[in-house]
Amino acid sequence: MSQDHSHSHGPGEACDHGHSHDDHNSPEYIQKTIKKYLMVGGILFGGTALTVAMYFVHFNSVALTIAIALAIATVKAGFVAGVFMHLSDERKMIYGILTCTVFFLVGLMGLTLWAMNDFPFFTIMDGKPT
Amino acid sequence: MQATTTTNTEAAHSHEAHHNPGFIRSYVFSTDHKVIGIQYGFTALVFLMFGFLLMMCMRAQLAKPGEAIPIVGKLLESLLGEVAKGGVMSPDLYNAFGAMHGTIMVFLAIVPLAFAAFGNYVVPLQIGAVDMAFPRVNMVSYQCFAVGGVVMFVSFFIPGGAAQAGWTSYSPLATIIPTHGQTFWLIGMVFLITSSLLGAVNFIATVIQLRAPGMTWLRMPFFVWTQFVTAFILLLAFPPLEAAGILQLVDKVLGSSFFIPTGLVVSGKAYDVSGGGSPLLWQHLFWFLGHPEVYVLILPAMGVVAEIVACNTRKPLWGYKSLVYSVLAVGFISFIVWAHHMYLTGMGTKISTFFQTTTMIISIPSVIILTCLFMSLWGGSIRFNTPMLFALAFLPMFGIGGLTGLPLGFNFSDLHLHDSYYVIAHFHYVVAPGTIFALFAGVYFWYPKMTGRYMSETLGKIHFWGSLIAMNLVFMPMFFQGLYGMSRRMSDGGATYALANTANEGVVTALTSTVIKLNVFVTHAAVLLLITQIPFIINVFMSMYNGKKVENDNPWDATTLDWQTPTPPPHGNFTKSIVVHRGPYEYSVPGHPTDFSPQNLPDPKPAK
Amino acid sequence: MEIPYAVKPRPDTGLYNAKLGIWLFLASEVMLFGGLFSSYILLRVSADLWPHGMVSIPVGTFNTFVLIASSVTVVMSWASLKLGRLSAFKGYMAATILCALGFLGVKSFEYHAKFTHYDVWFKDSATAQKYFTAAYGEKGEEVARKQFVERFHLHNTKATYDANQVQLAGHLEGNPLFATLKSLVGAKKETVQFTPDAPHGTHDHPKPIEVKLSDVMRLSAYVPSHSTYFAIYFTITALHGLHVLGGAIVLTYFLLTADKWWKKNPEQLANRVEVGGLFWHFVDLVWIFLFPIIYLL
Repeated sequence: MSQDHSHSHGPGEACDHGHSHDDHNSPEYIQKTIKKYLMVGGILFGGTALTVAMYFVHFNSVALTIAIALAIATVKAGFVAGVFMHLSDERKMIYGILTCTVFFLVGLMGLTLWAMNDFPFFTIMDGKPT
Repeated sequence: MQATTTTNTEAAHSHEAHHNPGFIRSYVFSTDHKVIGIQYGFTALVFLMFGFLLMMCMRAQLAKPGEAIPIVGKLLESLLGEVAKGGVMSPDLYNAFGAMHGTIMVFLAIVPLAFAAFGNYVVPLQIGAVDMAFPRVNMVSYQCFAVGGVVMFVSFFIPGGAAQAGWTSYSPLATIIPTHGQTFWLIGMVFLITSSLLGAVNFIATVIQLRAPGMTWLRMPFFVWTQFVTAFILLLAFPPLEAAGILQLVDKVLGSSFFIPTGLVVSGKAYDVSGGGSPLLWQHLFWFLGHPEVYVLILPAMGVVAEIVACNTRKPLWGYKSLVYSVLAVGFISFIVWAHHMYLTGMGTKISTFFQTTTMIISIPSVIILTCLFMSLWGGSIRFNTPMLFALAFLPMFGIGGLTGLPLGFNFSDLHLHDSYYVIAHFHYVVAPGTIFALFAGVYFWYPKMTGRYMSETLGKIHFWGSLIAMNLVFMPMFFQGLYGMSRRMSDGGATYALANTANEGVVTALTSTVIKLNVFVTHAAVLLLITQIPFIINVFMSMYNGKKVENDNPWDATTLDWQTPTPPPHGNFTKSIVVHRGPYEYSVPGHPTDFSPQNLPDPKPAK
Repeated sequence: MEIPYAVKPRPDTGLYNAKLGIWLFLASEVMLFGGLFSSYILLRVSADLWPHGMVSIPVGTFNTFVLIASSVTVVMSWASLKLGRLSAFKGYMAATILCALGFLGVKSFEYHAKFTHYDVWFKDSATAQKYFTAAYGEKGEEVARKQFVERFHLHNTKATYDANQVQLAGHLEGNPLFATLKSLVGAKKETVQFTPDAPHGTHDHPKPIEVKLSDVMRLSAYVPSHSTYFAIYFTITALHGLHVLGGAIVLTYFLLTADKWWKKNPEQLANRVEVGGLFWHFVDLVWIFLFPIIYLL
């Protein structure tokens, strides 16, 4: 968030975006996006069906099963965030906030997991140094 | 100098007369950021005193274990019954007071005062905004806070009393204590966290969206920067604690086992739950907030001190950009240091090294901030008024607090010092003569803007010197007690572990009588600290009516926009349109008729 | 006094206040659910046994479709407003709210089924075997062990478990909610009628058996205190359900006041719907992750 976004904002100043504000509101643009929304809706339905179908295919590796399910979920989530929530085409400020959030989320999950799996087991169990 | 000294009170009055809300609308359900700021400030000061009084009871008990508490002993017995029989605190009551002292001081006193009160009152003024971005959300935020405060307060009087498991509420202890204090604590915390989250959203949106024309990021006063970073910390660090609070509440109320391990035995009996939970999970989620929370306590204080130092040295802050980048760095790194509170849990060497490293790294930007503030004093013509005295005292006091934290950041030294009085001394140096002094400075500094009158300098100086001396007498001895190994959670002041206790004969590490006698000394010093707060309380109330009136809207000759409003600022804040032309600390600019150039003062020649 | 940029976006950020506000709020929600997901992972990784197939996949899949549909309709309602079609907006918004109610209805049905479903563990192996035989006939213990292996996915492990570690799942007479061993004993019961579940892979329900409470070590409905799996399942889905409920209330308010706002300030109405929609999509997004980890994995 530290970049300097804020030149004084006079009335004539353009947004920090490639196209002007009006583009986003024109009926043609909206019509086009509606098609996109319906398509993404279809993809989401398909993705869900695929996830469930994968459940009935038995893989030998648990890790693979989990990885596939989460990969599909991530793709679906990407479509919801990118298209429905307009994140594919959003302002810099929002990207900045979400980048911070992701950084801290990864810190929370990653470091906690690491801490919980870095125990000096052997020093306790066998008296051998790790 | 028209621009700097407008006393446009008449315009303000006619503006107010337009909509004339009743008493309840304007003082209880107000959406005006200034009223909400004052509500927060007043509530927080009351809780500050309450938390302090809880500690006075505990100190009395520590000095004379097993004896009735002087003066309030009878009162405690009549209010709380069995747990304070004969005016003597039971260990349970001592634990409850200890847990609630921590909780109240952190979540109900310092954070609301530093962030919510000063932030609400000052930030919109300093960025030239008419109000917060979401005034109604702001009101709801205060109401959530008030509800949380009431829940916490009520918990003292329920059967079994308030939460007893320390402000950190470690499971499984917090879950297996059979009374309902912890349940109240958790419900109270959910409200307080919700309040903080709403406040944080509002602060960030306000700073991003409502800056006056020309108020670029690097023209924002340092105080606004600290509040901005604090808001981000609250926004992103509090939710995991809210999650943890919900999980512990489910454990407590519905009997689940999120934090209860398999095979737990309580008082010789197997604890009847499914098990399978992880006590360490609570500690991780708690300290994920708990450590950033430290920076929530200290950053706004640094911001207040920076404002006051710049104004009273009559020169720009030294290294404004370094300050800004440092505060951003502190904000980021504060999220990845938390497990240095958990060395004693038996973490592995790799993760332990990681957290020691980040802990050492975060001290760099902190030291840069402190150094910049010290350097700002160099060559200034310092005005030693009460706010400046408090701000000046903050610098070395926070220095002591910060530097004594380093041994706690290394796991080899922390293993000895963990949970001892050394830890208490360390963080109280950071928060009490550190943050609280900065907040006192802020009260003395902005009081004229809020009321139109100065606070008494005489009473202020008594308050300052008394507090400074008493604070050091209270906390300095605790370093020695801690180094001797005195644990922080003993209700008998260490008598059980005394060398004089026959059970400890021949035990080398038993506490000597010198260490234990320090308890009495510290308690006396705490009484002195209590007495020196009386001038402050008198000062706050008396000065509202008898204080010296301010000569103009900018009594300290400051540059920031908060002094460019009528006094007190009306609803909507500014009576003229604000355009910012310069940085926040243009003091003693050569060639200017005065030694300060307010941010909205147009340049004589237009900038290129 | 008017707050600037409440409706029109601020030129340098390109955002109106509420849009920035909702994104900040969603950032904190990410951390809230992030904390809960972290807890889920940690509990699961450190668990000795983690159950599978405890919740119905068809029901979960249906609810996923419902939420996805509502996400499509809510974004369509916003687009309709942008195109100036108020009645289309109302239709899509009503459909969204119906989806929300449908989701909550199905969810409460699911919850109820769990609250009346019980596991029983017996105090020693011999007693357990006796009851397995009573429930499933001669090869009773094999059937019970098969259920145990299927539930905890123990096909590839060599660990052995005593018969009294194996649960007998089923329903109690009268389908009581939240009964516990304590509450049954407290009601002065000595025995209880217990209908065991059908053996794994079949649908033929065995006859009810008589269970002596003095033989029971532990009896628990599928509630948070049953196990860490149900604890995290109920906590996360209930919190998610509260978000659905909250979102539905806000969207209903938008729908009911739409005419007024349409006349007063259509742009602000569209903004409000956009912001409400962002929250709604986030709730959907959380479910997209919840569905596989709770129902499938």
